[in-house]
Amino acid sequence: MRWASLAVAAALLLYPWLVAGTDSAAFLQDMGALVLLAAIGASAWNIIGGYAGQISVGHAMFFGVGAYLPLIVYTQWQLPPLAGVPLGIAVSLVLALVVGVPTFRLVGHYFSMATIAVAELVRIVMGNWDFVGAAIGIMGPATPRGWWDLIFRSAVPYYYIFLVVLAVLLAVTWQMQRSRLGYYLRALRAGERAARSLGVPVRRYKLYALMLSATFTSLAGSLYALKTGFIDPDSGFGILVSVQMIITAALGGAGTLFGPLIGAVILVPLQTATNTWFGGGGSGLTYIIYGGIIVLIARFEPGGLVELWHRLAALRLQRRGAKRHAA
Amino acid sequence: MVLLQIIAGGLLLGAVYALFSSGLTLIWGMMNFINFAHGEFVMLGMYVALLVLTWIGGGPGVFGLAAALGLFILGAAIYFLLIRQVMRGPMLAQILSTFGLALLLRYAAFWMFSPNFVTLPPTVLSGTVNLHGILLGVPQLVAGLVAGLLALAMHLLLTRTAIGSQLLAVAEDRHAAMLMGIRPDRMQALAWGLSAASAGIAGALMALSYPFSPSVGETFALTAFVVVTMGGFGSVPGAMLAGLIVGLIQALSAYYFGPIYKDVIVYALFVALLWFRPQGLLGTA
Repeated sequence: MRWASLAVAAALLLYPWLVAGTDSAAFLQDMGALVLLAAIGASAWNIIGGYAGQISVGHAMFFGVGAYLPLIVYTQWQLPPLAGVPLGIAVSLVLALVVGVPTFRLVGHYFSMATIAVAELVRIVMGNWDFVGAAIGIMGPATPRGWWDLIFRSAVPYYYIFLVVLAVLLAVTWQMQRSRLGYYLRALRAGERAARSLGVPVRRYKLYALMLSATFTSLAGSLYALKTGFIDPDSGFGILVSVQMIITAALGGAGTLFGPLIGAVILVPLQTATNTWFGGGGSGLTYIIYGGIIVLIARFEPGGLVELWHRLAALRLQRRGAKRHAA
Repeated sequence: MVLLQIIAGGLLLGAVYALFSSGLTLIWGMMNFINFAHGEFVMLGMYVALLVLTWIGGGPGVFGLAAALGLFILGAAIYFLLIRQVMRGPMLAQILSTFGLALLLRYAAFWMFSPNFVTLPPTVLSGTVNLHGILLGVPQLVAGLVAGLLALAMHLLLTRTAIGSQLLAVAEDRHAAMLMGIRPDRMQALAWGLSAASAGIAGALMALSYPFSPSVGETFALTAFVVVTMGGFGSVPGAMLAGLIVGLIQALSAYYFGPIYKDVIVYALFVALLWFRPQGLLGTA
């Protein structure tokens, strides 16, 4: 197991260098960066959706806020986009409170309903607000004024920035798993009423999880905007942004540390491939497939691939045991 | 006079909201389950109307029935194939099952019908009537009145018939209902069928007077969330009242703030409800 993790870590570290010799090096390096970005978004969603079991279907609100603010501070005040990153996190935390405080005291599907409603509300407002470029969106600096603008021609610097952020996020998640917050979340996911009766301050800890999740989702949005240098209402706040995070985390395994990364490694290349095979019209087909995958996960394997793997491994062990028993 | 006309238009549209929201709240009350694909059922009702009208012809009565029947079958099938299994599963499975379904239906519709807005070919229902100076389109008037009657019929079905009692019995206590000789699966499939059918007819009725595209479902789903929350947990009369209120608020905000903000105001209202009155207007804490 330790060797496997070391190998994965080495592969992630060396990936841009490994593909550098191939014909499509730039393309593969860019895709690598996109995989990491998808993994960051999905891992951030995973904290509230996976570990806490509160399913957000509107995480695009945090992503979009994180993506817009760096470009807003640039277009309005010519500040480096980096300065907008903490502002994005601050606004995301406010949104998290607006959604979380009322819904976490209610049982049932209120939280999910509220997340999609607020995300849609923000999307419509941004699409009609001239200050933020309305439906057209806004752009970052075209040419770097200094290193702090974080504009690179190659995808490789972005790849390593994303890798560092992902490593930090996974370390935070791992630490969370072993802390009071992690145990409380596991308890409330298993049974909220039971957790509450044992004295777990359920509401407060759900809110902590949402705020942690919103922080990193906002950061993912900022990284997207820094890399792309452009944002519009649909690529920031559209429902498909939320869908991407959900399916990536759920396919790999919601509530597991590496599930979102596994999901991203599978889905991002798949999406790139369907878009190339079917041309521009392929994006619609991609989302038919995504919808189908989400339904299948919900119906057959809510634990995702990680759970499936564990189950198959257990089955194999059982068979081996039975064989030995027979002999 | 203009204001009166806007109020009348808002109430007529609100009656249609009341119809499809009653369907959503029926499932919510019976199974504590929110269907994220409900808006897509409305959208499908619109396309059933379009297909029936262009291929078979006939009037609004024909395609209305077709939408109801088609969506009833779809709703019951979805219950048996998907919902029955995820119902007792983790929250993740409950939410993602219908959320994924919404995505699947929406993009399948994109693929089949193209993302462009379409309108129904003209039907027998056209023109306007003049009620003491208030001009109302005949399609809107018929849609509002029919929807209002059907929502009322749903309420009566639930409260005055044996089937309604059986549905409520299953909602109250699945096991006790089983001991009384009621088959809960059949009842819940019936509820899903009725719920989807209400959305389907509502869609067909709205298709009479509004252009539509595969992406309209999301707006209807969110509108229905607001209506059922305002109406209170699982309450059909509550959803009927709230549907009229939401229709009215939308019409007035479109008039005073511009049409873009009618949805923004309704979604903001939803958040405000969750903050200040999550039990709904008629509910008690």
